[in-house]
Amino acid sequence: MTLAEFFGCSLLAFGTPLVMFALTIANDPVRIIIMIVAAFGWLLSFLLSSLIWYAVVPLRSYLAFGMVFAIIFQELFRYGMYLLLRRTEAGLKEISENQDIGSNKMEMAYVSGLGFGTMSGAFALVNVLADSAGPGTLGLQGGTEYFFVTSAAMTLCMILLNTFWSVIFFSGLDDKKYSKDPEKKLHNSSSYNCLRMINFVPNHLQELSKIHLNQ
Amino acid sequence: MSDSSSESDEATEQTALMDGHIAEARPDREVAERIARKRKTKSESQRSYGSVEQTEGGSGAATMSSTNATAAPVPTEIHMEELELKYGARHVIKLFVPVTLCMLVVVATISSINFYSVKDVYLAYTPFHEDSPHTGTKVWNALANSMILLCVIALLTVLLIVLYKKRCYKIIHGWLILSSLMLLFLFSYLYIEEALRAYNIPMDYITLVFVMWNFGVMGMIVIHWKGPLKLQQAYLIFIAALMALVFIKYLPEWTTWAVLAVISIWDLVAVLTPKGPLRILVETAQERNEPIFPALIYSSTVMYCLAATTPAAGGSPEAARADREPPVAGGSRDSGAGDGGFDAAWGARAQAAAGGAGGAGAPRRLRVDSTATHNYTTRVDRPQPAQPPPDNDEEKGVKLGLGDFIFYSVLVGKASSYGDWNTTLACFVAILIGLCLTLLLLAILKKALPALPISITFGLIFYFATRCVVKPFADALAAEQVFI
Repeated sequence: MTLAEFFGCSLLAFGTPLVMFALTIANDPVRIIIMIVAAFGWLLSFLLSSLIWYAVVPLRSYLAFGMVFAIIFQELFRYGMYLLLRRTEAGLKEISENQDIGSNKMEMAYVSGLGFGTMSGAFALVNVLADSAGPGTLGLQGGTEYFFVTSAAMTLCMILLNTFWSVIFFSGLDDKKYSKDPEKKLHNSSSYNCLRMINFVPNHLQELSKIHLNQ
Repeated sequence: MSDSSSESDEATEQTALMDGHIAEARPDREVAERIARKRKTKSESQRSYGSVEQTEGGSGAATMSSTNATAAPVPTEIHMEELELKYGARHVIKLFVPVTLCMLVVVATISSINFYSVKDVYLAYTPFHEDSPHTGTKVWNALANSMILLCVIALLTVLLIVLYKKRCYKIIHGWLILSSLMLLFLFSYLYIEEALRAYNIPMDYITLVFVMWNFGVMGMIVIHWKGPLKLQQAYLIFIAALMALVFIKYLPEWTTWAVLAVISIWDLVAVLTPKGPLRILVETAQERNEPIFPALIYSSTVMYCLAATTPAAGGSPEAARADREPPVAGGSRDSGAGDGGFDAAWGARAQAAAGGAGGAGAPRRLRVDSTATHNYTTRVDRPQPAQPPPDNDEEKGVKLGLGDFIFYSVLVGKASSYGDWNTTLACFVAILIGLCLTLLLLAILKKALPALPISITFGLIFYFATRCVVKPFADALAAEQVFI
């Protein structure tokens, strides 16, 4: 049963990204490299945010504090990825075998977003998954038995959301029209921020439901 | 015409070098000129090594002729640059896949077979077992252990150079064959035994002997003689994984980390300093136009050496690949060193250590082979084929010493042995990024580079950072089901 749950949850969370990877990324070396670089960028951002969380001892019990910094750093690194990709565009074109890489701007955004998302999803879920395979069952002491399934589904959400965020972010930065039109720019960034905020809503819902189920 | 001009170039270059005597003491302008000339003749690493050899009074004739044979007409210069870059991305992936596979084998083994993460016996080279509860004692134990290992490695490397200089190929081959024999039979047997035990699978000795015999003999044939490339790569990866598992199992806790750090520094020194032992080794190999020793250096392309069957074929395509080195690895550099006074098992372990150490010593490094120019010119004309014909591709492979595989896998396997998958993942990504950067540097500098320092540094940083700082945060986030 635990093994089935393990496979079910891992496929639920990582099945879609895996297929996306296999179909769109795996056959182009440059895309794989970009994806790994993006994953590394996410890792760095997470490292920095957890350093801050760790350093500010009195606020360590408030996750919201660390979370805010995590999001800020994440977006900073997303911007960094954008800069990096745009700077190295010519070089990338040179080392890739497919000459029209980067002709579609969204391609890079998609690849780096998937890298970002996969890494964040992996960090959120691997240890949970490793526990799910092991001995023991969930929900014996009043905890919810849907813990694994919900976190797997949430992870999938986050991976896809990260991909989409990157695409939106990159296109917002790419479109010079927006930078000339303050209203649209505002709209763009605010919609982005809205999206970012929406992220929290399901989290809170889930937490609420967890609390509810616990009682 | 171009031949003669480049020959005169060569002559002046070498004279200049001989006068300067130390390569690094040349004035910058001359260096720039040399670089420009090298661009022309397109066998950069060969030439730079070849020219340094001249100062050592080696027989440079072979090198001269080979470089002249590969002398290029000037107009291809730009194409060359582009193409060299173009091959980069594919080669990076060609190294990523085996490195990932090797790590995967090690991590899967560590997390499923208990045997390899339990500490009971240690190598003879690590006499201090870190039993003391005091941190200070542990630190000096680890440092002393790693220093002893480093000394062993350095000694063996020097020994190897001496042997190689004296052309004792028989002995070196004997070592290599003995070591791979031991890895393929003894350590594979141990591995299979523990795997069967962990999964509680009964198996009779007859079947086991049958399987082991076929596995081992096949491995010996494939590695030292010939066989399909994929199979050879698979065997090399497996050998590296086995060696990494042995290191993880038989090195004390903190010694492993100290060894990783020390080895990567040693790698840096041995490959890059002008009198570094590995560099001398490479130079000697190039000077002799040596085909590679079989095995123990992973190549993304065909790398069979005909040395065992045909002696150092001068005119064959193999000879063009002059920047090959003798990889001495995976095995018993000093089959005698650990034996005295120990029983068979200890001897075996000591040998393994030596082998691993040897493996660490020589072949850790990576490079892109320089290619004869006609390949470039022909390639400019046609679009990049998905699978270039093997005899062209053969010379363009990226090589990574098995020692690199071993130590990457040791790092990741060690990280996974604490049971935190985030740490493992972080180390994995960090090592891949390090490898990427090394390959980038390789594309820029175009000479043999140590592959360990950047990757291992990244890996160590991310290991400790993740373990101390990131893990609590990630655990807290996971427990609260907060996704960022």
